[in-house]
Amino acid sequence: MKILCSLLFAAMLANGVSSARAALNVFATVPEWGALAEELGGDKVKIYVATNALQDPHHVEAKPSLIARARNADLIIATGAELEIGWLPLVLQQAGNPKVQPGKPGFFEAAAFVTLLDEPVRLDRAEGDVHPAGDPHIQTDPRNFARVATPLAARFAEIDPENAAYYQERYKAFADRWAASIAKWGTEAAPLRGVPVLVQHKAFTYLIAWLGLKEIAALEPKPGIEPTTAHLSEVLAILQRQPAKMVLRAAYQSDRASQWIAERTKINAVTLPFTVGGDAAAKDLYGLFDDTVDRLLKGAQ
Amino acid sequence: MSRFVWATGALALTLLTSPAVRAATDAELADIREQIRQLKESYEARIQALEQRLKAAETRTAPSVAEQQPPTAPPAAAASAPAAPPASGISAFNPAISAVLQGTYRNLSQDPNKYALSGFAPSGDIAPGKRGFSLGESELALSANVDDKFFGNLIISLTPENTVSVEEAYGLYTAAPYGLAPKFGRFFSGLGYMNDQHQHAWDFVDAPLVYQAFLGGQYDVDGLQLKWVAPTDEFLEFGGELGKGEGFPGTQRNKNGVGSGIAYVHAGGDLGPSNSWRAGLSYLQTRAQNRNYSQIDLSGNDAQVGFSGSSQLAVADFVWKYAPNGNARETNFKLQGEYMWRRESGDFTYDRDGALGLTNTSSYGARQSGWYLQGVYQFMPTWRVGARYDWLNPGNVNYGSNATYLANPTFHPERWSTMLDWTPSEFSRLRVQFQQARLAPGITDNEFFVQYILTLGAHGAHKF
Repeated sequence: MKILCSLLFAAMLANGVSSARAALNVFATVPEWGALAEELGGDKVKIYVATNALQDPHHVEAKPSLIARARNADLIIATGAELEIGWLPLVLQQAGNPKVQPGKPGFFEAAAFVTLLDEPVRLDRAEGDVHPAGDPHIQTDPRNFARVATPLAARFAEIDPENAAYYQERYKAFADRWAASIAKWGTEAAPLRGVPVLVQHKAFTYLIAWLGLKEIAALEPKPGIEPTTAHLSEVLAILQRQPAKMVLRAAYQSDRASQWIAERTKINAVTLPFTVGGDAAAKDLYGLFDDTVDRLLKGAQ
Repeated sequence: MSRFVWATGALALTLLTSPAVRAATDAELADIREQIRQLKESYEARIQALEQRLKAAETRTAPSVAEQQPPTAPPAAAASAPAAPPASGISAFNPAISAVLQGTYRNLSQDPNKYALSGFAPSGDIAPGKRGFSLGESELALSANVDDKFFGNLIISLTPENTVSVEEAYGLYTAAPYGLAPKFGRFFSGLGYMNDQHQHAWDFVDAPLVYQAFLGGQYDVDGLQLKWVAPTDEFLEFGGELGKGEGFPGTQRNKNGVGSGIAYVHAGGDLGPSNSWRAGLSYLQTRAQNRNYSQIDLSGNDAQVGFSGSSQLAVADFVWKYAPNGNARETNFKLQGEYMWRRESGDFTYDRDGALGLTNTSSYGARQSGWYLQGVYQFMPTWRVGARYDWLNPGNVNYGSNATYLANPTFHPERWSTMLDWTPSEFSRLRVQFQQARLAPGITDNEFFVQYILTLGAHGAHKF
């Protein structure tokens, strides 16, 4: 009991120290929200990104480091739509941080502000690792960042009212530059409209909708299920009828299946950064889409 | 949007009425589906573009939300509800339900009914199970937030013998500040690394020998747990538990107050993007009263014996996980090990029931230990191999005056295990395991297992 009391005391002491901290501690589950938080928060926020672009976001464990960082977070920015279902609830349960529990201002879910596509018609695990609310990979469409940035900037201001004006200023600057960039990417990517593509995992729904690409088939037989030779042969048969220009995969995915198809059909295997940090050029949100459009244009040639 | 609905409807009608299309081949159907999808997409894209333009126009003409309101008021955008309306009706608040189905085929060269760890007091139901085909333990779990302050979790275990037991049933106070996480009810103790993992999450069919010898397989607590995560960037967690202390190595004592106390500290973190680790030290203090069992004495009689006294267990554990760039999907490696050390002291009664006419109670002191080390390697997606080594040290046992009747154990039980498993999805796993166990002098048990584990329902947590 003595130990418990002294632990409690130490906890209160530690909390007193930590509340004197200057910057807002932001815990981003995936790199894209870390990058957006940086655009909006500048030097007023201290960002921790829980995963990297080369990590499959569906296969993340509630690592000790994540619990430690969630414990000190003032704001958690998650994608939601069950992308983090495997680890975030457990991390939140173990971190003992009531500020960032779902429903509290310290918990922000980006997917809530975006119209989700590909909501499954049949909710059954026989259909693979389906996401009941719809496809959570919303970061492949830049317009979604514009949708998320508005409420996120407002959330920053809510949690850290002292710097509200600062966040607002940064938000405006971002929103203007981002709108201009979307227009630029749209023009650049005009030749991609209607270009038929294959995808390795159904992870590019929003990108495809944005640029008007045409998804012919996925290499994974069901979402999250490893590509099989039998299914890849079916894909080859589909390609006979409907040729595709390229096969898209995210940087974190193995290139085996894409290469297999590319070798047999002479179509281009295109690796997209998928999120910030997915390749050398995707250093920030602008780089992410500059590079994505660039790679798609090259792949379509 | 209505134009889209009409267009789709008209197209569907055409499909239904035209006999030519009814005879359409799969390829043509696929083509039509594709066209519908494209139509849908192009409409969605147009709507999104319109939304975008509207939003851009709004930001140009009107001052933004945050400017209109005082900064402390929650901005309308942030407070607005999620996109999808919540489910309604009587079942809307149903808890998350999941079930685990398991079964095993066992081929054991030794009789599992005579399973015992030589030199160690029997700790309960630790035998590998029946030979041949048998159903494993089925598990039913319900969990949900109770209200804004509590989270509840109930895990019921259904044994193949058609008995039901409550494996875990606890509440968690979720509103606690300062990194505190209080838990109460029945739960697996947080001591060591593997203890709070459910059996279906283990990397091998059975528990390590140290868990069998020192904790009766797994240590369940009926009581309270308080964990505190330190406000540091590296993971540092302290935990304390107070319980009834009925489980092995303790016994039922029919007394008020606290029957067992547990304290532990866990530290962990990452080394670069590819490595993560956790290590811990734990301590369990409990008491046994008339922990009775039978033991072969020096004359070869099966004597009834009993122990009453205190029992302390110390555990050191570590786990290290490696995945290239942190991406565990393709390949990953996990190394884990635990060392346990137990001290018991008190009174030991030989020939408790007087069957041999030699009843004698004397002082007793024992220091015993053991460890295991295991590695599991996922060499390609969905496939893993693993190896494990178990070793027990019977240590020093001081029987006092009972040394006349009972021999000091000198044999070191050990076991080698290998396994191969296939995990086609997060929800299913098939495993084969072979192991060779030498748990008593001169006896080698070759054990072969085939096991399936299926998980239904709510998405499970990816525990580290």
